[in-house]
Order: sequence, then C-alpha cells, then structure tokens
Amino acid sequence: MEVRAQVSMTFHLDKCIGCHTCSVACKNIWTDRKGTEYMWWNNVETKPGTGYPSKWEDQDVYKGGWEPKGKSIGLKVTDKFRGLANIFHQPHLPTIDDYYEPWTYKYSDLFDSPAGDDQPTARPVSLITGENMDINAGPNWDDDLSGSEIYAKNDPNFAALSDSEKEALFEIERLVFFYLPRICNHCLNPGCVASCPSGALYKRGEDGIVLLDQNVCRSWRFCVSACPYKKSYYNWSTGKSEKCILCYPRLETGQPPACFHSCVGRIRYLGVVLYDAEMIEQVASAPENELVDLQKEMILDPHDPEVIAQAEKDGVHFSVIESAQKSPVYKFLKEWGLALPLHPEFRTLPMLFYIPPLLPVLGHVEKGNYNVDVENYFGSLDKARLPMKYLAKMFSAGDETKVREVLEKLLAVRMFKRAEQVDDIDKAEVDKMLEKTGLTPEMCEEIYRLTALPTYEDRFVIPPMHREYVADALMGDPYSFKAEAGIGGFKDRPERGL
Amino acid sequence: MTFSDFMFGVFPYMCIIIAIVATTWRYVTDKFSYSSLSSQFLENRQLFWGSITWHYGILGVLTAHLVGFFIPKSILWWNMEPVRLYILETTGFVLGLMALVGIILLIIRRFSSSRLKVVTSNMDKILYTVLFIQVLTGVLTAIFYRWGSSWYSGFAVPYLWSIVELRPDVALVDNLPLTVQIHILNAFFLLFLLPFTRLVHMLSVPIKYIWRPHQVVRWNSRKKILGPF
Repeated sequence: MEVRAQVSMTFHLDKCIGCHTCSVACKNIWTDRKGTEYMWWNNVETKPGTGYPSKWEDQDVYKGGWEPKGKSIGLKVTDKFRGLANIFHQPHLPTIDDYYEPWTYKYSDLFDSPAGDDQPTARPVSLITGENMDINAGPNWDDDLSGSEIYAKNDPNFAALSDSEKEALFEIERLVFFYLPRICNHCLNPGCVASCPSGALYKRGEDGIVLLDQNVCRSWRFCVSACPYKKSYYNWSTGKSEKCILCYPRLETGQPPACFHSCVGRIRYLGVVLYDAEMIEQVASAPENELVDLQKEMILDPHDPEVIAQAEKDGVHFSVIESAQKSPVYKFLKEWGLALPLHPEFRTLPMLFYIPPLLPVLGHVEKGNYNVDVENYFGSLDKARLPMKYLAKMFSAGDETKVREVLEKLLAVRMFKRAEQVDDIDKAEVDKMLEKTGLTPEMCEEIYRLTALPTYEDRFVIPPMHREYVADALMGDPYSFKAEAGIGGFKDRPERGL
Repeated sequence: MTFSDFMFGVFPYMCIIIAIVATTWRYVTDKFSYSSLSSQFLENRQLFWGSITWHYGILGVLTAHLVGFFIPKSILWWNMEPVRLYILETTGFVLGLMALVGIILLIIRRFSSSRLKVVTSNMDKILYTVLFIQVLTGVLTAIFYRWGSSWYSGFAVPYLWSIVELRPDVALVDNLPLTVQIHILNAFFLLFLLPFTRLVHMLSVPIKYIWRPHQVVRWNSRKKILGPF
C-alpha cells in the first residue's frame, strides 16, 4: 500500500440548472488570452447532445484514453515508438473546427458607421484571423437542444440503445435532458501525462492536481489527443497546450476553484481523498464491468488506523488526513455510494465523480390525468423517460445495475423525506426502500442535508496545501520578490517572440 | 583576402560561433519558445502531405550528409561497385526530391490560408526561403553534377574538416560550380538561422520518452510527516 492524497470532486447533476456561471467564471480568470479564446476548461453540456468538442465521447474518432493491451493497457493514440514516428504529423489531432472558431463582434461599427437609412450592425469577426465570419458553431451550441436532429441524435452514448428506444426519445412528449458540467478530472492514470513526449505534464504528488509545465512543453500535442475528455487544449498562438489547473493558486490560499465558488445550483463538492497508488495499474487494466467497483476500492478509509499510519509514512500531512475524514467526496462516493465516474471505460481513473440525475419527474399521463406511480416507486425508474441504458453508458461502462443502485438510493432519500414532511406515503413502503438500498434514516437525513442544505464549508473541505513546507525550496531566498516564488507563473510574458 | 577567402574562410566561423552562442543563450533564457510553433490545429490535411514528405526526405538527406562527413571512407568504399553507386545516388535523389516537394507543399500551405498567416512570423518567411534555396541547389547539384556522393567525400568533406580543424582550405571549394558553392554557403547561413527561428525544434527530439515511465509525478519534497495520530 502506498497512500497518496488527491483533491477530488463530486458534481450533483440533479442540482445543475445549466446556467454556465461556472464556465464564465473560469473563462474570465484563465482563458481570456489570445489563443485560448476557444478553450473552455469548464464547460456545461446538454445531454443527450454532442458536447464540446463535437462528439468528444466517440473514441473511434478521437482515440482518447486507454485500451487493454496484453495484460496491461496502452494509450489508444500513441505509444513509445508510434509517438516518435508520428511526431511530424499527429494523425488524430482534433482541429479548431471540431471545437469552434472563436469570434467577437465589430462593435465599433455601431458608432463609426456613417448616418444612413438602416441601423448599423456589429458583424461577427473571427478572433483568429480578424476577418468577417459566419458563426455556425459555439461551445454550447447544443444547449437545451435535446430532441434535435443535428445535436441530440448524434450523441455517441446512443450506441447502446435500440432504434425504438432512440425514436422514443425524440417524441415531443418524451423529450428529456439534463446538464453535464465538465472540468479536467485530474485522473489517477491520466492519458495526457502518459502521452507527452517531452514529459511536460505531471501530477502533483501532494494533491494530485494535473498540471502542464509550459516551459517543458514542446508543442507535440499528444495530450490533446490522448485525453479522452478533451480537457487538454492547444494554444495556437503560443504553441503550448493548456488545461484546467483546478485553480491551484486559489486552493493554496484556502479558496475553492472559481467554478466551484461561483456555482449557482451549489452542485459542486470538493474534498481530499486518500488512495492506494500501488493499485493504479491493476485497476486501470481491470475488465470493464469491474472498473467502477475497483476504483472505489482504491479510495481508502481515512479513519482506518492502518491507512493513517501508512499515509504518514508516505508523507501525507496529518492535517490532510484530517481533511480527508471530513471530505464530502468521500461521503458521496464511499459511505453512501451515490457518485460514479464519467466514462470509466476510458480507463484514466477520473477523480471527478457525478451523482447521476434522477430523471425525470416520475409521472405519466393516464386518460388525460397526470399520475404518479405510487404502488411501486422503484418500478417507476423503468418508466423514466431517459433509459437507464443511456445513463449506464455514461457513468458505469454500460452496467445498468450500478446506475440503478444509485438512483434507487436517491429515490429512497426523497421518499423518506416526503414521508417525514408531507406524510402522504406509507411508512412501510419507505422502510422497504431503505432496507433494499441499505440506507438508514440517519444516512438519509445526512444525504438530505448535504444535498439540499449544505453550507460553503460543507461543500468545500479544502485541505491545507502546506506551501510553507516548500517555501525554501521554491524561493531559496525567503526575502525574494513575491512574483519570483510561490505559485509560479512567468517572469516574462509567455510569448514566443521569434 | 579575396572575396572567396572571406566567404569560405571567415563567414562559416561567424555562422558557427553565433549559432552555438545564441542557441545556448536561447535554451537558457527562453525555454518557453524552444520549439516549433505547430499549426496542425489550424490546418490539418495539407500539413500531412507537406510535413511528412518534407521531414522524412530532409532527415534522410541530412543523415547521408552526416555519414559522409564523419566516415567519408565508408561512402567511397560503398561506391566502388557501380551498382551500389547507382543505388546510393538514386536513393539520395529521391529523398532530395521528397524534401523539395515537401517544402513546396508547405510553402503553398503557409500562404493559402488566412488562419495560417496569423501564425507566420517574418523569420518563418526567411527560413522558408533559405530552406527552399538549400534543397533546390541540392537537387540541382544531384542532376547536373553527377556522382555527388563520391566527390562530396573528395572535396566538400575535406573542406568541412579543414573548417573544423581551424585551418580553412578555401582552395578545395574555390573551383566548385556556383550551385554547389551556394549550397555550401547557404548551409552555413542555415546554421546561423538555427537559434533565431523555429528551426531550434531540431534540437528538442523527445528521445527520453522511450525510457521514462508513463506517469510523471512531481513532489515538492517527500518525507515522512508524523502527526498526532
């Protein structure tokens, strides 16, 4: 056992209202520079939909992630020798057209146009070339467009569905969608790190944040292809790739990342978890149906004295262990078993977990009346508008039982609270549900509180990042100028010059 | 000092010294820009044809030049049999043509897309010109002055070594045809351009990738931290 700490995340999809505040907060801080206009380190997608970049989940096209090779696994897009052979032209690199061409508007025309009979207009101009352009794609172009022929129909997750199931989803009465906010998963087995010929990408040992050293990056762009979530982006202006840094300068000063902090629906939870780093290869190479369970098994119990002792030996600070004991992520993932990784079949062991949406309102129209199926609440999951198969394709490598388990728990909590507050449900029925899902009334209450009423401190349990331990190593001279040490950055402008 | 004394006896040293000093300087002070600026993200299809033919062509030609430079006898020994000479000459010519076609495709690509104009610097334009001249004179030499592999080992290599050994022997190249002379001088100029253009990416071959472990973890300092537990 080798214990390491990982800052980990949980997104509660039932709470996401799709407002894109997270995306905008991130953009304003990190990606408003030249060459990064098209990047959305945080983006929100409508599901079913094609997402950003278009159809990113289709790894037959993008070749992201890992695939089994022999007893272990190998990257789909490259390996040690193919990497060097393909260095002059990378065969599976997405181009800007797979994302969208960024634009602005020529606002000056609104003021400078000569007087005339027509209103002046602000024409869209490309942020790359500066020329006039027609806008035909954007970062959330499929927003709320479930049911559309162009976007929703091309969702790669529909591969698991039969034709009639697909058809049903496009009937106007059955239209359904939910939102999927995405950031870098800060994986335990990151494809981007493994693919980088220069070794520019790395995982921070202390907190597991995956970063990209811009001074080592030599513009080979393999990380862009190898990341199955397409969360490494190429800056065409500086010739360097860039990615979500989990706002580590904010974390180091005790603040949650900007997207977490600004989340209107309060769907985001952040906390540290301890995991066994020796299991990485074994878990990543496991058969598809075991991936979710094994990844959960890797996450260690921070209350276990054995784990604590080993953690201290492996250099995890005790304050971090303490923080792990309070981690909301640990609760959602391990104690309650409510969270699942996004596309575990990519085998990168993502450390951002999702609580799948309990979709939709559990009702159906019967003889013109709206009915809720009260006889059998679990049965109503099968009548859900979004087939379980679809959710399973996203969150459990196709294993419906895993998603069902989570949804049954969510439903049980809902019924438990309803019985308590509204008192219109048979208590025996609720007890049966609790028994089946393995939840206790105390757990239900706790889940309810952390879901519906969490405070800022409940949602973000930020471990101390202990920069004081490395201050000497980073600064050398403790009296040096502020910008010369600490969170890094560039002393000069990050420009190419020549 | 005659003009050719200067061009073949002094100019090479100027280029070499500036190249070494400036390349080191750039590596030490500006690691950020120590690569090529890939434009594949903005234009993918034309790049495939241009970049692949160019790089494999020029790498083959360059390797041949280097082998001839370091072990000239090997080339002369190989060329003793006419059949082997033909094979070597044909191979070299094909590789040279590949490079020529490649660079032409790349130049056309560069100036046919408005997106690429944005990421093309003035130094890129100079570099394209110099590379084009270099490959063109090389291919012309192969066409008009046959069996270059043999006489390269006989004239150019001793001249290059005389430069290395700090006793430049201008007489060896003074009477070579103009095309060949341009080829030699342009080569030194390319060397001079190395640190000032995207050409530095030649020196950033990520060979370490082959033996490094897949995952990279950076620790600030990793030692036991015993706490109150």
